Amino acid sequence: MWSFSKIANIIHEWLSQTFNVTWTTIIEMVIAGVAVISLFAVLGLVLVIMERKVSAWMQIRLGPNRVGPKGLLQSLADTLKLLVKEGMTPNGADKFLFNLAPFIAMMVAMLLLAPIAFAKDFQLWDLNIGVLYVSAISSISVISILMAGWASNNKYSLLGAMRSGAQIVSYELSAGLSVLAIVVLTGSLQLSEIVNSQANGWWIFKGHIPAIIAFITFIIAVTAETNRAPFDLAEAESELTAGFHTEYSGMKFALFFLAEYANVFIVCAIGATLFLGGWMPFHIGNWNGFNNIMDWIPSSVWFFGKTFFLIFLIMWFRWTFPRLRIDQLLNLEWKYLLPISMVNILLVTAMAILKWHF
Amino acid sequence: MDLFLLQVTNTAAEASTSANYFPIGIQFLFAIVFVAVMIALTHWLGPKRKTADKLANFESGIEQVGNARQPMAIKYFLVAILFVLFDVEVIFFYPYAVNFKSLGWGGFAAVLMFVGFFLAGFYYIIKKGALDWED
Amino acid sequence: MNVTEILFWILSALAIASALMVVLSKNPVHSVLWLIMVFFAISGHYILLNAQFLFIVNLIVYAGAIMVLFLFVIMLMNLNTDTEPQKNKWLKVAGVVAGGCLMLVFVAALKSSGTQQVQMGEGNIGLIENLGKALFNEYVLPFEISSVLFLSAMVGAVVIGKKGD
Repeated sequence: MWSFSKIANIIHEWLSQTFNVTWTTIIEMVIAGVAVISLFAVLGLVLVIMERKVSAWMQIRLGPNRVGPKGLLQSLADTLKLLVKEGMTPNGADKFLFNLAPFIAMMVAMLLLAPIAFAKDFQLWDLNIGVLYVSAISSISVISILMAGWASNNKYSLLGAMRSGAQIVSYELSAGLSVLAIVVLTGSLQLSEIVNSQANGWWIFKGHIPAIIAFITFIIAVTAETNRAPFDLAEAESELTAGFHTEYSGMKFALFFLAEYANVFIVCAIGATLFLGGWMPFHIGNWNGFNNIMDWIPSSVWFFGKTFFLIFLIMWFRWTFPRLRIDQLLNLEWKYLLPISMVNILLVTAMAILKWHF
Repeated sequence: MDLFLLQVTNTAAEASTSANYFPIGIQFLFAIVFVAVMIALTHWLGPKRKTADKLANFESGIEQVGNARQPMAIKYFLVAILFVLFDVEVIFFYPYAVNFKSLGWGGFAAVLMFVGFFLAGFYYIIKKGALDWED
Repeated sequence: MNVTEILFWILSALAIASALMVVLSKNPVHSVLWLIMVFFAISGHYILLNAQFLFIVNLIVYAGAIMVLFLFVIMLMNLNTDTEPQKNKWLKVAGVVAGGCLMLVFVAALKSSGTQQVQMGEGNIGLIENLGKALFNEYVLPFEISSVLFLSAMVGAVVIGKKGD
């Protein structure tokens, strides 16, 4: 059975036999960097086509079906088209900030990819404060949106950016608190340790009702944080044209788009790692036969399966719920989710001290 | 694959030193290069025909009225300042969350009091209607 | 010169240059963004000192939360140049004098503090576990008092933001 860690080991051994230590390190750095960039590009393409196919399926239509087999190359064609488009900067815009904003949005998304564990023993960067790192870097992304909205010198953009800013910062609170529930249960901020603590059962099963409440708040909060419908007030087409990226065109627009989809992937990956056991296979008590079959499935398949399940869930929301108004949105967070998650975290702590979880 | 990067630069014993942050520097550089290349590529490939009408701000096809440097509603400010306060509360939870087992009920009482004060403030905010969008 | 020292000098230069840009930028939004740069450079220093929790807190609270607040506040104002109030010349002189006094105090404080060698990249006191232990054992009273401070800040924000009733 193949696995990422075995392939990586083979490459490492071959490199260290052929080159000395310094060169091995440098070459591995380059390989890792190129791997991240290509993962990023592939993710963008796959998620865009997935979104279009899922939405088509939910609305009983065909979706893109011209380019490539069953239209699967559509997003590649779109990327090429965006690449050869003119990147305009409107006249009244603040030129420097206008061009910097997509840069920052993209950088944040790429930096967030570093601490995620994709498979067993396969993690780019196993930081001992991984969870905190993710919440810290993701709190920067709101700045790029505010920057884009303000620099465009467009009223729609500014309104979209302000709404989006208020929304992202508000929902960051309950996202942080629901992540904390798992940190309390694990007692560690390291993502690999959080995954390992779920070897005998995922936290959503082991953590009783508080973990389920935390999971639900997490999903709602990250849907809002990534500006996805029904919380896509920042780019509410019918009232704000396209919100903060109204004035963006060509590749700069594509970078915002790519960053948005990368962020969706990252939050779903974090959700899968924290609540659904990351790359841990699904086990039931001591049904050894069943557990062995589950173990046979590669860990990367488990990780991507769970992540894409959550992504599908978020896409499903988009085509199910109508868009909220800004007051409803802020009410939902400040009057319901925040107090619930604050009480929930205390419940989880008390439960963990009493050792009530499995 | 960066897995080995970590093994080359530091062993497991010193996993919590600042050398541990070396990979993120590399990732940062790669991110800068990637985005810069993308933007340069589109600048080089795309056409450049600038006309005043094309570069005007989009206002649903109507002539532009004023500019967008307009003051915004104070509600946003209130949301932002409350966010800062609650964010600090969330931050204070992290050192507790990794230590709560050794701290036991004493630590829990301290946190309970801390959250209690916040909930009192929260009650005040809701009662005052500070977060009601319509006055 | 080892890697840590080189990084220290790069980050210091970045911090000071960005701080100067904060003051020199004509546009307040640019100032805020340069301030974010300063916070990033300072966060880099925290990593060099192995103060991981402070590194994260600096990013979340300062670069993330407080800068968003600053941006919101700036966007609350009317930034068009024609409505900009004319600044008094004497006000500028007063600003220079006040700033000079502050700098004098800083220089004096730095001189009297003596030379202290900072240990770079070592020590574990900045790790989140150790910091939490100190916070919830020795400093539990200041921790509780800080929550009262937050309560007063909340009341203040509501009173300012919700005038009239």
